Amino acid sequence: MAKVLKAPRMEACISCLNCMLSCARVVWKSLSVERSSLRIRTVGGFQTFNVADTCLACPYPACAEACPTKALEVRKGGGITVHPEVCIGCKDCIEACINKSLKFDEELRLPICCTYCGICTHFCPHDCLEMGDTEE
Amino acid sequence: MLGTNYIKILRLNLTDKTISIERRDDLLRDYLGGLGIAAKLLEENVKPDKDPLDPGQPLIFAIGPMNTYFPVVSKVACTFRSPLTGNYGESHAGGRLAMSILSAGYDALVITGKSDRPVYLSITNSSLKFEDASYLWGRPVEETGQILRDREAHIGSGKRSIIRIGPAGEKLVRFAAVNVDTYRHFGRLGVGTVMGSKNLKAIAIGGNNTYHAANLKDYSRLFHQIFRHINSSPVMKKYHDLGTLQNILPLNAIKSLPTRNLKTTTFEHAEEISGESMAEELLLRKFACVSCPVACIHVGLLREQYHPGHDYQYKRIVYDYEPVYSLGPMIGVGDKKDILTLIDKVEEYGFDSMSIGPILSWMTEAYEKGLISEQQTGIPLAFGDVKSYLDVIDRIVRQENQFYKDIGDGVAEASKKYGGEDFALHVGKNEIAGYHTGYGALLGYAVGARQGHLDNAGYSFDQETRDYDFDKLILDIIVEEQNRDFLQTLNICLFARKVYMDKQLVSDCLKSLGINRTPEELIQLGERIWKLKNQIKGKLGFNQNDIKFSKRFFETETMHGLLDESRLYELMQQYIKKRDEIMESIPGL
Repeated sequence: MAKVLKAPRMEACISCLNCMLSCARVVWKSLSVERSSLRIRTVGGFQTFNVADTCLACPYPACAEACPTKALEVRKGGGITVHPEVCIGCKDCIEACINKSLKFDEELRLPICCTYCGICTHFCPHDCLEMGDTEE
Repeated sequence: MLGTNYIKILRLNLTDKTISIERRDDLLRDYLGGLGIAAKLLEENVKPDKDPLDPGQPLIFAIGPMNTYFPVVSKVACTFRSPLTGNYGESHAGGRLAMSILSAGYDALVITGKSDRPVYLSITNSSLKFEDASYLWGRPVEETGQILRDREAHIGSGKRSIIRIGPAGEKLVRFAAVNVDTYRHFGRLGVGTVMGSKNLKAIAIGGNNTYHAANLKDYSRLFHQIFRHINSSPVMKKYHDLGTLQNILPLNAIKSLPTRNLKTTTFEHAEEISGESMAEELLLRKFACVSCPVACIHVGLLREQYHPGHDYQYKRIVYDYEPVYSLGPMIGVGDKKDILTLIDKVEEYGFDSMSIGPILSWMTEAYEKGLISEQQTGIPLAFGDVKSYLDVIDRIVRQENQFYKDIGDGVAEASKKYGGEDFALHVGKNEIAGYHTGYGALLGYAVGARQGHLDNAGYSFDQETRDYDFDKLILDIIVEEQNRDFLQTLNICLFARKVYMDKQLVSDCLKSLGINRTPEELIQLGERIWKLKNQIKGKLGFNQNDIKFSKRFFETETMHGLLDESRLYELMQQYIKKRDEIMESIPGL
């Protein structure tokens, strides 16, 4: 079984965005709110609730199926691995993503996908995020 | 900062809808960012001979080089000419605004002119639009946010900031605030009034720009070190746990909580409205500004019956020490739900919640004393009467008669006209913050850049002192204000001041971003900005000797007992002497 990112305690989210900033900083070596594989947003302003758009680590990823060049490889246990060298930037994967968590970075010309590294979980001051196992 | 070698300014003229983008390397070199460049840009653009609400006056917002990059560096500095005091205007707000300005690709916005009809600005890294806001005019703050969140969905939820004014700013009430992302504010000195005078209802901003640290390894190491430090700091835990409202009980215990127009400094309902009680009964959740792991923003639950029978709605109202002081003890309201109801109304209209309490409390006492009557107020007033206060707030927004128009000019102007200056709680025309701790607080109000506000921790020196050493107090107040100018030039939230007071640490942080400043240069920077602000005030006609304290300040006990009026004026003279000496010693550029 592979480890995947889960967000089981979003009721405790404070919107500090340190998870996104840590993903951008550590995985993508940059400061960006765009270049993060997860996104924290409200469902209708701060008076409502916070949700985390994260990679669902689908067992049969629609994004990978949509990719014409096999730049998105199905990862054992769910989710994908991106091979930048064969990505042509067609964005078919972005269209196909089930929960629209996969984002395209126009500057890098690449989909920004979760690497399932778990760095964001270390920077959540409220323990909203965790690494868990994929479903059987 | 964006390029680490210049400041990028977006200039917008609302009169003719023109835009220009400017790069200034001198601003980065001499003033670094945030408050420093906002103050300098104000000095360059303000019109000393024109009214604060003249279309030509600038409204300036600025971020700094460490914004979003480092934990708790989350504020945006705003400068303007204050319509409340006529003098130097400065305000700071957090939320998502700094991140959004950064990702849109600017260091500073300078807004001038006046649109012929209401507009809002939509700004991203690849678009700039003056959008019609006629349909938003007159709408309260939250509804405006709701409409703009849909209209500006293209920026992306979670990546944008929406700042807006309510009807108070539109009606040019001189203590109107700007709401930032629902739960934060540019609160003080009428910045919302300035937006209203420009027919500018809102700004929606955000973008996709990505940046890189000059030295990623050092940057990450410093980030992790500060992040860990903040998460384990007891000071920050205090801000997280009960929030600023934890101040109620300690201030009440030491007789420093301004109550019923400062007739007293203890409040019999302090327990009921304390941070502890609020947290146990009504705290709904906490929020943070971007990059801050502390989450000091406390949101309370207000369940309201909207129809007889069993029909309820619930509202989520942000509370902090200052609005609770202002709409609680100051006007004799001791029920926490009542206070949240008042805060809700004040938020929706877009008032400065700190100013409105001392205004309502002055009205109440003036009514008690017969200086004003029902003929002016329309209804009877009494301390603690929530229903009439809610009604009065509606009337201030409606500006329904000459009296309410005068009230809209602030407590200094109103008391000049109707009498009762002896108990009008302002310093230099700005309604006071919630501390009557002693000489430090009052002197701090009198000499702080904004008057009446918390520019130099005078209230905190009072609490650390048993027997005053007045020479030391004066120097402490000056040095603290310079320190705050330094912190706010980097837009560091003052709640993290103890962490970032370490100038070597800040110097290292800047270095990792490619900006070289020694700790000594950072100290000089704070001094220079403090001096610049004093110079701007002079240019706008401020004279320290014009400050007169209401008698009430000397009639009511502080934690240091009753204060002596002539002593305070002496202190102000000593301050002026010391200030001039220090100003002289700070080199110009």
